[in-house]
Amino acid sequence: MSKDNQVLEELTSKEYEHGWTTNIETDSAPKGLNEDIIRFISAKKNEPEWLLEWRLKAYRQWTKMVEPKWPNVTYPPINYQDLIYYSAPKQKVQPKNLEDVDPELIKTFEKLGISLTEQKRLTGVAVDAVIDSVSVATTYKSTLAELGIIFCSFSEAVKEHPDLVKKYMGSVVPVNDNYFAALNSAVFTDGSFCYIPKGVRCPMELSTYFRINAANTGQFERTLIVADEGSYVSYLEGCTAPMRDENQLHAAVVEIYAMKDAQVKYSTVQNWYPGDKDGKGGIYNFVTKRGLCFGDGSKISWTQVETGSSITWKYPSCILKGDNSMGEFYSVAVTNNYQQADTGTKMIHIGKNTKSRIVSKGISAGHSQNSYRGQVKIMKRAENARNFSQCDSLLMGDKCGAHTFPYIDVENKTARIEHEATTSKIGEDQIFYCLQRGIDEESAVALIVNGYAKEVLNQLPMEFAVEAQKLLALTLEGSVG
Amino acid sequence: MDVTVNERNISSEVGQLIEKTLAVEQSFPDLRKEAYLTFQRLGLPANKAEEYKDTPIARTLQKNFNFQSASVKGKIDPTQFFIPLVEANVIVFINGFFSKEHSTIISPESEISILPLKEAVKGNNPLVLKHLGKYADFKSDALTAWNTAAWTDGVFLHIKKNQTVEKPVVIYYIQDGSDQEGLSINRNLIVSETNSKCTIIEKSDSVGKQNHFSNTVTEGVVNENAELNFYFIQNDSGNRYQYNLTQFYQSNYSRVNTFTFTLNGKLIRNNLQLSLDGEGIESHMFGLYLLDNDTLADNHTVVDHKKANSFSNELYKGIMDGSSKGVFNGKIYVRPNAQKTNAFQANRNILLTDKATVNTKPQLEIWADDVKCSHGCTTGQLDEEAMFYLQTRGISKETARAMVLYAFAGEILDNVAHAELKTYLDQLVSERLHKNF
Repeated sequence: MSKDNQVLEELTSKEYEHGWTTNIETDSAPKGLNEDIIRFISAKKNEPEWLLEWRLKAYRQWTKMVEPKWPNVTYPPINYQDLIYYSAPKQKVQPKNLEDVDPELIKTFEKLGISLTEQKRLTGVAVDAVIDSVSVATTYKSTLAELGIIFCSFSEAVKEHPDLVKKYMGSVVPVNDNYFAALNSAVFTDGSFCYIPKGVRCPMELSTYFRINAANTGQFERTLIVADEGSYVSYLEGCTAPMRDENQLHAAVVEIYAMKDAQVKYSTVQNWYPGDKDGKGGIYNFVTKRGLCFGDGSKISWTQVETGSSITWKYPSCILKGDNSMGEFYSVAVTNNYQQADTGTKMIHIGKNTKSRIVSKGISAGHSQNSYRGQVKIMKRAENARNFSQCDSLLMGDKCGAHTFPYIDVENKTARIEHEATTSKIGEDQIFYCLQRGIDEESAVALIVNGYAKEVLNQLPMEFAVEAQKLLALTLEGSVG
Repeated sequence: MDVTVNERNISSEVGQLIEKTLAVEQSFPDLRKEAYLTFQRLGLPANKAEEYKDTPIARTLQKNFNFQSASVKGKIDPTQFFIPLVEANVIVFINGFFSKEHSTIISPESEISILPLKEAVKGNNPLVLKHLGKYADFKSDALTAWNTAAWTDGVFLHIKKNQTVEKPVVIYYIQDGSDQEGLSINRNLIVSETNSKCTIIEKSDSVGKQNHFSNTVTEGVVNENAELNFYFIQNDSGNRYQYNLTQFYQSNYSRVNTFTFTLNGKLIRNNLQLSLDGEGIESHMFGLYLLDNDTLADNHTVVDHKKANSFSNELYKGIMDGSSKGVFNGKIYVRPNAQKTNAFQANRNILLTDKATVNTKPQLEIWADDVKCSHGCTTGQLDEEAMFYLQTRGISKETARAMVLYAFAGEILDNVAHAELKTYLDQLVSERLHKNF
């Protein structure tokens, strides 16, 4: 047992790898939040009048809302007036191509291993990188443009495709949806926008990389994906942040709008700074993600690997409005030390013959608390709806907790709903089996955890799957209780 | 929608009712006072309160009750509701009042002592003084606080050490709603001593057209190696509203088996809470709800594993017909010390009509790592293939349907250990299924 503990200690105490800051001059707003700050942000970004109005409306709604208290997480109250709501890497001129981008920034992304310099063509990923809320570079833009795909930063989209933005922004996540969505709508600084035209199958993975760099900033980005009839896109999102003692807030909004027969696959590897081993610092990750299967036969699939953040509060959801539409949610959430995660999904079945599938794998170690919270709702007219949910929890050590809160509401008799959940630790017999075959304890745990999470990891695109596996190994190997 | 011109404050009305009772009842003044203050602090659960999310109890009471008339002793013959058991101890409450003339006690005092709670309080029974109000948690539930502050009658069961009580104890709660609206608040206390064994059956029935609300709390302590089998049969007319809390505190190696059968009624809220504060405990909870018309049955169960090496198993099944609504919330807590816990929970539902709904929320909260816990939950309609199979063999659709449903319910009935009771329940369920389908 003592050896186990030693191995556990060694591995779980591994420091956060991405904990460096980049010395880039930033251009920030003063601390605090009021209508002037929102006007400041809007002016900084040269936004049209309607967007400013939209922001102000959201802000006014936000001031009337109260912070939700129902998630199974505890944290000291956030002082929203003590945050910087706008922080941008300072640039003299708009970069036209990669050579113009600040070399420090390029270095940042090289450290992150992102192929901003289109040399690594093999990876074939188009990246939109967002640092401290501002999009700094988008790659492969011209290749995509040939197909009519729009993939750019949100601010660019506001300038160049105002009609599309105006039409779809807030259509899936309304401004007053929840506290953090309203906050985001008021102060969002950038993000990604993506439009796939009718019948186009996006030839490469689209990717956004988020990084919070400056101290005391909150990152509020907004992603909007619109998939027109019969189109397909696979979208990746990754996040990191430097190590800081104080907590930072990340409140993003992701909206996906899928029309008839469109398919969107959204994958996230979230590795925000989780705080140190005593639970100091770390990112508060309060994110609203929602997809609307608007057209018949559309499909939205969420895959997430959550390893970072000191607190995660996130429920990627699907509204299955179109007939025969389909929603999927695959999640691996790992918590260690003092991390807390309250994550899950909502599947709202409205259309006929709608299907949804939920696979959630929670792993908790150290003093962490890991909760699955999900809802499956079958509305009255959702004939022949089908849902399968599975949420498993794995506990490592006797100081952590795993919790499951599934809500299942059925209003139609033709629905078929199945829900299963289990909680257990890594079986001694499984470890024993591996040891017997000469696999050391540490590798055995890695093997078992990877096998446990395989169902979800398999859903990730190749590049991400590799990163996700490494992350899993980093946080957890050897944690036999 | 629920805002009327003359908005009544139902919580303060109930508060006044409690005050009236407090003025009359002499027993446990401190406990009652504290519970009353708690009730005032909590108020009846608001419409969106998480624990009463699907059961709008305050609104229902407000809509259907005026709480003006004082409860009266009914004059119906309760024997029509009796379970045809050969021999049993019978306790009868009519409109919440203990009815001595209809109650019979046949078990010897050496096995079990059965006393109306009021009498036990009057005689300063040390066990009652020690245990009453200790297990049913009224700090967080307004309805339990209401009961604790304002109970008027009840029964005290003391199962003696090393005794097996041969004859079951049957408690009937009968409501006579033929003349006026009714309200009854009953409180029971069960103390099972070491190595004892007993079967307790509670049954609620009602007649009459008037609405009645009952708030019944049964709390008990099950000592080391004792076994308690607890059945609750709810087969009321369509205007009975009820809140029930059954809470048992279990010590080492004790065994508790509970069965809840809900067949009829208007609004039924059952809170069942087991606190497993010991090792080697075994608890089984079974539930069957067959609902039709506009019945709402809400089962909230909590199993709290506080120490290591215990086992709990829960199976609730429901068939919803008409525009009925079934609600299930099962919580399993495994505390940090409760290593080697095995806890299982399953909830299965069949919806028969488009208007029926079901809301289920199986919930696991686990703070110990060396455990095996699982829950499963399904909702669907009749098994088409099973129906087809039976029909191809010349069985009419109606009969096939009844057979499939009966088989579905059978999984619960199979676990009833008491033979005569099983026959009775079996009859009740099959009659019910044939009658409606």
